[in-house]
Amino acid sequence: MRSDRIKFIVFALVVLLLPLPLSGGYLTNVLIFVGINGVLALGLNLLLGYAGQISLGQAAFFGLGAYGSGVLTTQFGFNPWVAMVVVALCVAVFAFALGFPVLRLKGHYLAMATLGVGVIANIAFNETVDLTGGPSGLSGIPNLAIGTLTFDSDLKNYYLVWCFALGMILLSLNLVNSRFGRALRAIHDSEVAARVMGVNARLMKVQVFTLSAFMSAIMGSLYCHVMTFISPASFGFGFSVEVLTMVVIGGLGSVYGSILGALLLTLLPEMLRAFQDYDIIVYGLLLVTMTIYMPGGLVQGIPALFRLIMPAKKGSEVGNA
Amino acid sequence: MKKLVSTAFASLALFCLSTAALAAPPIKIGALFAVTGPASFLGEPERNTAQMVVDEINKAGGVKGRKLELITYDTGGDATKAVQLANKLVKNDQVVAIIGPSTTGDTMAVIPVVEKAQVPLISCSAGIKITDPVKKWVFKTAQNDTLAVARIYEQLKKEKKSKVAILTVSDSFGSSGREQLKAQARHFGIQIISDDTYGPKDTDMTPQLTKIKSAKPDAIICWGTNPGPAVIARNAKQLGLAIPLYMSHGVSSKKFIELAGDAAEGIRLPSGKVLVADLLPKSDKQKGSLLAFIKDYQNHYRAEGDHFGGHAWDAMMLLKGAIERGGDTPAGIRNALEATRNFAGIGGVFSYSAKDHAGLTKDAFTLVEVRKKDWVLVK
Repeated sequence: MRSDRIKFIVFALVVLLLPLPLSGGYLTNVLIFVGINGVLALGLNLLLGYAGQISLGQAAFFGLGAYGSGVLTTQFGFNPWVAMVVVALCVAVFAFALGFPVLRLKGHYLAMATLGVGVIANIAFNETVDLTGGPSGLSGIPNLAIGTLTFDSDLKNYYLVWCFALGMILLSLNLVNSRFGRALRAIHDSEVAARVMGVNARLMKVQVFTLSAFMSAIMGSLYCHVMTFISPASFGFGFSVEVLTMVVIGGLGSVYGSILGALLLTLLPEMLRAFQDYDIIVYGLLLVTMTIYMPGGLVQGIPALFRLIMPAKKGSEVGNA
Repeated sequence: MKKLVSTAFASLALFCLSTAALAAPPIKIGALFAVTGPASFLGEPERNTAQMVVDEINKAGGVKGRKLELITYDTGGDATKAVQLANKLVKNDQVVAIIGPSTTGDTMAVIPVVEKAQVPLISCSAGIKITDPVKKWVFKTAQNDTLAVARIYEQLKKEKKSKVAILTVSDSFGSSGREQLKAQARHFGIQIISDDTYGPKDTDMTPQLTKIKSAKPDAIICWGTNPGPAVIARNAKQLGLAIPLYMSHGVSSKKFIELAGDAAEGIRLPSGKVLVADLLPKSDKQKGSLLAFIKDYQNHYRAEGDHFGGHAWDAMMLLKGAIERGGDTPAGIRNALEATRNFAGIGGVFSYSAKDHAGLTKDAFTLVEVRKKDWVLVK
């Protein structure tokens, strides 16, 4: 427990000090989106990595958060903070109600149902033209502000987003190490066994689904205020898959893994620009290689790689993770 | 061996330093295009054209003796990425101006970035929201949908056809077109008697067309980009519809005729003049630019230049003129851009002003008809 706390403090310090050497360059801007994507991946990881329930509709909750905040602030003159809370609660209630029928499904059927939710939400963003501006998007969304402090620069937005992100990470760390977290893992291993042990599996699955939707909605609100423009294309099926990839590449069932996955998938395309037109091929190859040779994700793969390069005292068996 | 390598490196470094000292640093121009993703049909010709124009300018000695350097990034049609890349162009590459992005969504997303950084942006997308209201640092070269709609309605009015059915695609291009079709109808005395949409990926539009057929309109106007309108043309032919079919400028390339085959025969659409450059009268101001663009594109890429590439051609040439007149600072370029008058490009004759950053009139569009798998001018 103690080492967990130290780990978090070190991580938080790194996050808070990181922008200093970047001095407001464009990487600060990219790191804002790492924070947003990281929490989205974290939300999905709680659901998929811990409770073992897949969702291909995360972009829907993210989008509902973004559009909720965007529409309430631009069309109805809500205060952005009020809008954020109202929207997040509405999305949570919606997810809770949706969770009961949907999470009765398992495996491929669950994937199909959540995928459906994602597609329906995207169609709704596209077709409600009067409210959302339709496919050409919604612009003129205000920045967030506290008193006279307006979050209008990359650096300010970085700290805004990462404060939220650190809060969510802390919450998740506490959650997965609690009785609730252990029960989730029990459901993952065997739902029947968990129920026999007295775990209310059905309710817990819905609860964690709701939590992940809530986290996604908050990030959606932040996204819309950081970007000040949103369009439905950002909340499509492709984005749901991207979040899923972040979770799998980062490491299923690891809080920091989600952040690591988001960091890699958001930064990698930037680094691969050197390959010009071939960047997509290299990107694909890297992802395939990583999934083959690091089935536990980056959180396990990177230490294993270290041991492989610098042979440990114990022997060579550790290197095949 | 080691010594040899180090000597080689040293001399190479020296060589680099000396050449850098000799020539003035190039003027950096940023470009954002959706080269991959669903809008790649726009982004690819735009990227090719922009690079081609820069190469040609540099070959001819650059602008006022200084070379141009084009830094192109691919947005993939993703607004989030477009914002990151616009930041990169402004903050890391320190470009003096940006051309692109290809889509209205990407453009709307990057506008706050360039407005704050005070770097001029010449967008290659058509959305009317981009320059209405006018934003200080934002210009565009693609023709407004307003003008295309006006061109079609004008023709219909001339032929005394007043009842139309519209069929638009449910994406940003289609919804913008639909808005304009509805908004301008009354002004031209036109009545929309049927208003339907279809999905960008739909493969059969017979139900919509059957509904339209029973409404008996004088003309059908379809607003979309490939391949949807080609499917509509084929479906209309299968249904034996004898109602004149108008398309949007979104399909004004040979690709549409290829996709629709025989069904394209007789279809009319408003188009930039690039399709019919050789048919234009000599008096047309744009003819020189058009023929130069088509010839260059053919030489560089062995393909036909289309009007999407033309948006990038216009953006680059406007920028070149602005740098010549206004210097190499973002503010100087912006002011010179705003003062541009009567620049005959590919998309039309541009005249920017403090109140108009789109710069075109409806003469930018000409109405063409498909006949024998080629375009002819509608008189």
